[in-house]
Amino acid sequence: MKYMLLIHAAATDAPESAVETTVEEWMAYDKTVKDAGIYVSGESLADLVTATTVRVDAAGERIITDGPFAEAREVLGGFYVIDVPDLDAALDWAARCPGARAGTIVVRPVAQF
Amino acid sequence: MSERFAEAAGSTDGSVVRSTVEAVFREEHGRLLAALARRFGDLDLAEEVASEAIAAALAHWPTDGVPPNPGAWLMTTARRKAVDRLRRDRVHAARLAVLQLEMRAELDRAGPAAGAGASADTPGDTAGDLPDERLQLFFTCAHPALPAEDRTALTLRCLAGLTTPEVARAFLVPVETMAKRITRAKKKIREARIPFRVPDSDELPQRLPGVLQVIYSIFTEGYAASSGPGLQRLALAEEAIRLARILRRLMPADREAAGLLALMLLTHARRAARTGPDGEPLLLDVQDRGRWDRAMIEEGSRLVVTALTGGPPSAYAVEAAIAALHDEAPTFAATDWPQIVALYDVLLTMTPSPVVALNRAVAVAMRDGPQAGLVLLDGLAGEPQLRGHHPYAAARADLLARLGRVTEAASAYQRALELAGTEPERAHLRRRLRDLGTPETTPTT
Repeated sequence: MKYMLLIHAAATDAPESAVETTVEEWMAYDKTVKDAGIYVSGESLADLVTATTVRVDAAGERIITDGPFAEAREVLGGFYVIDVPDLDAALDWAARCPGARAGTIVVRPVAQF
Repeated sequence: MSERFAEAAGSTDGSVVRSTVEAVFREEHGRLLAALARRFGDLDLAEEVASEAIAAALAHWPTDGVPPNPGAWLMTTARRKAVDRLRRDRVHAARLAVLQLEMRAELDRAGPAAGAGASADTPGDTAGDLPDERLQLFFTCAHPALPAEDRTALTLRCLAGLTTPEVARAFLVPVETMAKRITRAKKKIREARIPFRVPDSDELPQRLPGVLQVIYSIFTEGYAASSGPGLQRLALAEEAIRLARILRRLMPADREAAGLLALMLLTHARRAARTGPDGEPLLLDVQDRGRWDRAMIEEGSRLVVTALTGGPPSAYAVEAAIAALHDEAPTFAATDWPQIVALYDVLLTMTPSPVVALNRAVAVAMRDGPQAGLVLLDGLAGEPQLRGHHPYAAARADLLARLGRVTEAASAYQRALELAGTEPERAHLRRRLRDLGTPETTPTT
């Protein structure tokens, strides 16, 4: 069963109380996921200031805006899709992710059709 | 197990017999459901076919006789019903294949002769007895990925065998609301694939408290109903005890589970004396100790010893030990208050909470006098958790009354009256207020 781990990091302008994670920790985690044979896909997202929002209104007009720069305390920083037997296994992998200490991980099953 | 079934299904005279049969099946329902849920990974499907298998047993056994292996009969019948159901629904093709493979494998294990002899009329005669997989189901129902209120509802539904309307009544919510809640929880279990498994030993210490908490919350809701006309909803407390007994059988070596069962037994033993003739609550000091359930106290006291022996005790065990001291005291005054204060000290280090501190202060007042208790209570005045807590106001009022500070006691009783949730509790507080000799100044409903 496939699960997406949505890695929400504290925004870069967040107070300094946020836990720091190192590149080495992320690389080690990435290697563990790949070595375990559960890796489906995963990306780390570029900084939020590079984001652009697109919406098409009722008239078919494209509305393009810079952002979003939501006031949300946490922003999506990356994701993994893993293939594991059940939710407990997915939660376990999420808990081991460095992002779980620096922010939160939302675990969502990938819909099956 | 066979004897229970034979007894239940053997006699055929009317509704009394039917309710006996249903009582036996209520227990068996949980076992069957647990075994099916683990195989299908789907509580909905498991529930449907478990009910159908039990309905088939209720229809056939009184006339055809109880099969030699009733548990296996139920299991095989339920699985046949599941195959029928999955055949109609092509989405489940993969699960159907697994199920059929499993059934074939079991027939092969039972040997070629048995396999040839098995027909639709004699399901399960050859299979082994039903394994008890209810522990897995306990952990699924109490999974931290489910909302807390859903965990309790699911446990009552799946393991205590209550119907959805019964669960709704227990929570004082409309049946529709409860049905939606249970459906939502089952959907999450199925679609997020919450597993039916007992956590590994390294994970167990984190997960078991959740299961115990579900059972204890059912008990406390039954013991001190948070709202509504009645003070105690005994049936709910008894369901909690039944669940704790099942859990204790499933985890005989677990001292925390023993502590929880002990605590509930030692508290429930006082049920008959807890309320007066008009349903008003009677506190420990005025309860008729002759009406306490001695057999239950003895059972609970034995369990406390188990729960306290062989390692650091759980908070449940310490609370149970406090309850045991009360239960074993001949009178309120002759209670071992120094020991009770000492146990509250232990409890405060394990689960520091203003409510525990409140109970400790009351015990100190019994050991050292009302003034000493009052000093401790006033020290807790700033606790947000106690601001709306009527037992805090009532305890303060009691101590002020014992010190002869009547006016202050009256205003503390008034405060408790404003906060109390059930009518019997309010009646009790009004009576204490009257005993002070000051008139009630604010009208209450």
